Amino acid sequence: MWSRTKARILDLWRTLRLPSRHYSLGFLTVAGFIAGILFWGAFNTALEATNTEAFCTSCHEMQDNVFEELKTTIHYSNRSGVRATCPDCHVPHNWTDKIARKMQASKEVWGKIFGTINTREKFLDERLILATHEWNRLKANDSLECRNCHDYDSMDLSRQGSRAAQVHKLWLGTGKKTCIDCHKGVAHRLPDMTGVPQG
Amino acid sequence: MQNKQLWIAVALTGVLMALVFVAGWLVGRPKHVDAVADAAPVPVEARAVFIPGAGQIDALRRGVPVDQEGHPPPLAHVENADLKRARAYPMQPPTIPHTIDGYQVDRNSNRCMLCHARANASTFQAPPVSVTHYMDRDDQFLATISPRRYFCNQCHVVQTDAPVLVANQFRDIDSVLSPPTAKE
Repeated sequence: MWSRTKARILDLWRTLRLPSRHYSLGFLTVAGFIAGILFWGAFNTALEATNTEAFCTSCHEMQDNVFEELKTTIHYSNRSGVRATCPDCHVPHNWTDKIARKMQASKEVWGKIFGTINTREKFLDERLILATHEWNRLKANDSLECRNCHDYDSMDLSRQGSRAAQVHKLWLGTGKKTCIDCHKGVAHRLPDMTGVPQG
Repeated sequence: MQNKQLWIAVALTGVLMALVFVAGWLVGRPKHVDAVADAAPVPVEARAVFIPGAGQIDALRRGVPVDQEGHPPPLAHVENADLKRARAYPMQPPTIPHTIDGYQVDRNSNRCMLCHARANASTFQAPPVSVTHYMDRDDQFLATISPRRYFCNQCHVVQTDAPVLVANQFRDIDSVLSPPTAKE
């Protein structure tokens, strides 16, 4: 059994090493190019399909916990109808960063398969750890996903509440703090924040 | 006739185009909206305005007869001017002069205390909560806010621009003590 499999693999390897006998170089180039386009199209389509709210909320862990909480916040329902979906905040928009995050997400597939947070109680126990991951990520990239929409240079401070304008000018404008330092829990409920700095 | 097949093809194309035209006309025809009579009673136009002496027993109904339904009044807006309001009496908990939409105040976190805690007040230029809020019921001082004072909204509330539903004849102590001649 093993020897036959080994012989077959060796045979395949030898064939792959040989130059093409029947196909011209032009055919192989064009066919490779077209196959490449097809592969890339399929890859990108699949990647974008995993980057939608429908995909994120297709498992009950997200649907019943974090998505329900999002619905009450201004990032889901507001006067102008502009809204953020899961990947707007949780997946970087830049391609290389996006691929890096998608590779990290294999841990989430692991968690889904082995039911790390498959009950409400497990989710609440794990919530501080999960939230800390996101806070650290946003702190490290200077709240990039917030700033994709909320640009300080485009903020009209005169149209903000006086408190908000004052605090934004004092801390955000000077670069001493980043969005996530104060705005934890804008889209989801907070876990037990004992010992976690919030401002 | 050597062009017989061509003629057949042209004729078939013509028939096909006619069919497509008819199908398009049928699909795109404006639909007749059935004029269903609106069975629901028409709500009575009424605003949340208190009319003194109008014989209203229940001001909350805004004068709408009991067998009819009034339009809901527009939602009131929370005042967000950050101007401290006068207190009507010395021990009145101060009202909140800003919006508190989405502030999480529960076992896990207290958004109010982010700014109004003693340690954070200078950072956010917010008035710190008074010392009494750190005292337990035996007047012993605690390091953090006392559990019985934890839920701010039990005493402190926002104010909206909603019109008053009932008249209020409250007079504060200064106007009560002042001689009647000086009144008004």
